[in-house]
Amino acid sequence: MTTRTVVTGLGVAAPNGLGTTDYWAAARAGKSGIGRITRFDPSGYPAKLAGEVPGFSAGEHLPSRLLAQTDHMTRLALVATDWALADADVSPADLPAYDMGVVTASSSGGFEFGQGELQKLWSQGSQFVSAYQSFAWFYAVNSGQISIRNGMKGPSGVVVSDQAGGLEALAHARRQIRKGTRLIVSGAIDASICPWGWVAQLASDRLSTSEEPDRSYLPFDAAAAGHVAGEGGAILILEAEETAVRRGARVYGEIAGYGATFDPAPGTGRPPGLRKAIELALADAGADAADVDVVFADAAAVPELDRVEADALSDVFGPHGVPVTAPKTMTGRLYSGAAPLDVATALLAVRDGVVPATVNVSPEASYDLDLVVGEPRLTEVRTALVLARGYAGFNSAMVVRA
Amino acid sequence: MNARRVVITGVGVIAPGGVGTKNFWNLLSEGRTATRGITFFDPSSFRSRVAAEVDFDPEEHGLSPQEIRRMDRAAQLAVVSAREALADSGLDLSGADPYRVGVSIGSAVGATMGLDQEYRVVSDGGRLDLVDHTYAVPHLYNYLVPSSFAAEVAWAVGAEGAATVVSTGCTSGLDSVGHAVELIREGSACAMIAGATDAPISPITLACFDAIKATTPRNDDPEHASRPFDGTRNGFVLGEGSAVFVLEELEGARARGAHIYAEIAGYASRCNAFHMTGLRPDGAEMAEAITVALGEARLNPEAVDYINAHGSGTKQNDRHETAAFKKSLGDHAYRTPVSSIKSMVGHSLGAIGSIEIAASVLAMEHHVVPPTANLHTPDPECDLDYVPLTAREHRTDAVLTVGSGFGGFQSAMVLARPERSAAA
Repeated sequence: MTTRTVVTGLGVAAPNGLGTTDYWAAARAGKSGIGRITRFDPSGYPAKLAGEVPGFSAGEHLPSRLLAQTDHMTRLALVATDWALADADVSPADLPAYDMGVVTASSSGGFEFGQGELQKLWSQGSQFVSAYQSFAWFYAVNSGQISIRNGMKGPSGVVVSDQAGGLEALAHARRQIRKGTRLIVSGAIDASICPWGWVAQLASDRLSTSEEPDRSYLPFDAAAAGHVAGEGGAILILEAEETAVRRGARVYGEIAGYGATFDPAPGTGRPPGLRKAIELALADAGADAADVDVVFADAAAVPELDRVEADALSDVFGPHGVPVTAPKTMTGRLYSGAAPLDVATALLAVRDGVVPATVNVSPEASYDLDLVVGEPRLTEVRTALVLARGYAGFNSAMVVRA
Repeated sequence: MNARRVVITGVGVIAPGGVGTKNFWNLLSEGRTATRGITFFDPSSFRSRVAAEVDFDPEEHGLSPQEIRRMDRAAQLAVVSAREALADSGLDLSGADPYRVGVSIGSAVGATMGLDQEYRVVSDGGRLDLVDHTYAVPHLYNYLVPSSFAAEVAWAVGAEGAATVVSTGCTSGLDSVGHAVELIREGSACAMIAGATDAPISPITLACFDAIKATTPRNDDPEHASRPFDGTRNGFVLGEGSAVFVLEELEGARARGAHIYAEIAGYASRCNAFHMTGLRPDGAEMAEAITVALGEARLNPEAVDYINAHGSGTKQNDRHETAAFKKSLGDHAYRTPVSSIKSMVGHSLGAIGSIEIAASVLAMEHHVVPPTANLHTPDPECDLDYVPLTAREHRTDAVLTVGSGFGGFQSAMVLARPERSAAA
């Protein structure tokens, strides 16, 4: 009855590969993009590693007019959108403007741009603040700029969250497709790897202080001690299946189900909401736990959060009941960008029958997980579950299907 | 397509001029303004030194010292408004399935005030490029990622369903409520705590609006500085505030005997795909949003009794939306009262869309249309009935409220009495 919403284009900007081809080759090879921060001197901060997107020269892709008014993460998002549209073989100029919308997620807007303007304000004076500050920092900037660059006037939106919002944006995009919009650009690209963003991220108390890239982000490992932050993410093109089939588009797969919950207030004694989010997503997809071929974990690498996720997976799938992986061990946690990148990865796993591995991790036995470690696993993937959690208790789950 | 209808059963407002819905309505219905010279900090170095500030003491409104410490002011406003809305609705969530109660909070600029203050400290007044983490407040992460606003509201009401912060610039307060309506209609929630908050009166916000001359330099006459649709207007007045609603499915609300303020009968959002801050004078995309929202409400343009305008008080906005009303409502635009409460409470960015929904449902409650204050000199290009200076008794069963914002977002919402709306 309800139309199927499918993904027809991918645009990836990840710390271990710029562009879908490079990223997917790196993910399959177990190649990590985590290293010492290069964009500023991290030596004075307790966390010194990050996943930075390599080899991005915005000037090769965007006019100088746009460079002056955009943060790094907006430039990445604009270029990833160009790539996603090209991958989908869509030329926006050929479609009615109101039939295309943009729904993105953001954690902190153009924070690096914001640091520059805050510095001018407090060190030089208010008259030195850029006219672009009014929109280069705010959370809606990527949706607005993508809409303008591509002439998209349809239903659009922006959700704010550190990790869970990436799935929520895709779910909201699917809602608009179901209501009749022909094409939605969705997903997220995030970045706040600047000193001011770093200080704010450190306040989460969840950043790993390891200085060894291959020992720094170890979810579900007895040595788990926080995560590495990264930048980047993925932009996806969503269409109704009928539309995609009619125009002969290549279909990666379906956004089949979504569920979201929020953890109870501390001290109430009620259980965390992740299991419920998974159950809601499966029900929404009309899928059973047995249908799921692989789970892309949130993989917090904070022992108590790893425990919650492992327990939720055991409750739904049984101990060792489903292959679980965390390719984000190769990128760091990308905030809003993380889950769209995991959805893109899941769709590539569906296409190629390859589940990328969780790198560097020796699974702690008591989690009872069938964690894909070492080599990527060659297996047919028809249905994948992607999980994402946000700071303070946001849980989201999405089912992706061939 | 969707059988479920969504109604507002509780309202909580914190707006300049007074905390609480009652104070808010008194200000609007009396046509008083709450704009003044900025008191939060010394504004003397800024071009625009006027704002609509809220006199708000969080402790007086039940927040504990630790809650106050961990929340930016915008989060504090949202939590207090959410509590008022829930109490007003009479809805007892203790027996509800908490997974079926969600939260959707709009905010354009998040924890700008907290971030500005913290940046100043960790950078030691802008001197340090490598800002010093040892001087940061422990809850700085809540400022970095303002989904913390939704978390605080969810904790305050005990919601465990989908929780979201919607941030589409100055239409956030319409879009967050529109999002909540969609969740109830699709069956993901049976009740939503939805609204918006912003507390942007901070040096960095003033500086960036100064830079584009968006805010008014009418510093010598702050009480009359916000002048939407007036020929002498020259920019908006920055404000702050919050409005939060309890939304429920109509049948459930009726079954428990709830007071129903209005049905959210139609909603749509479009983008102008033109410019991050500029508007084309034809208002085409806002007109499209209005037409789609009316279609969803199954109402003819003639059913609109009152238009709550965006009315920011910039020349380009006032002309843009006047054109949009004419394009979408035809001749009826000339027969419909249009007003901008920003003339009284200023422009609180992401919050104002929800504050204007509150004004709209209160107009329906009282059959009184709030005025556009300070409108003395008509602009020949703005030739509709903008209800100048004094509130007007007027039968109000259906209201159109609109928003327009940076990024090109244009949103429209139709509020109507459920018995009047034909939505099946």
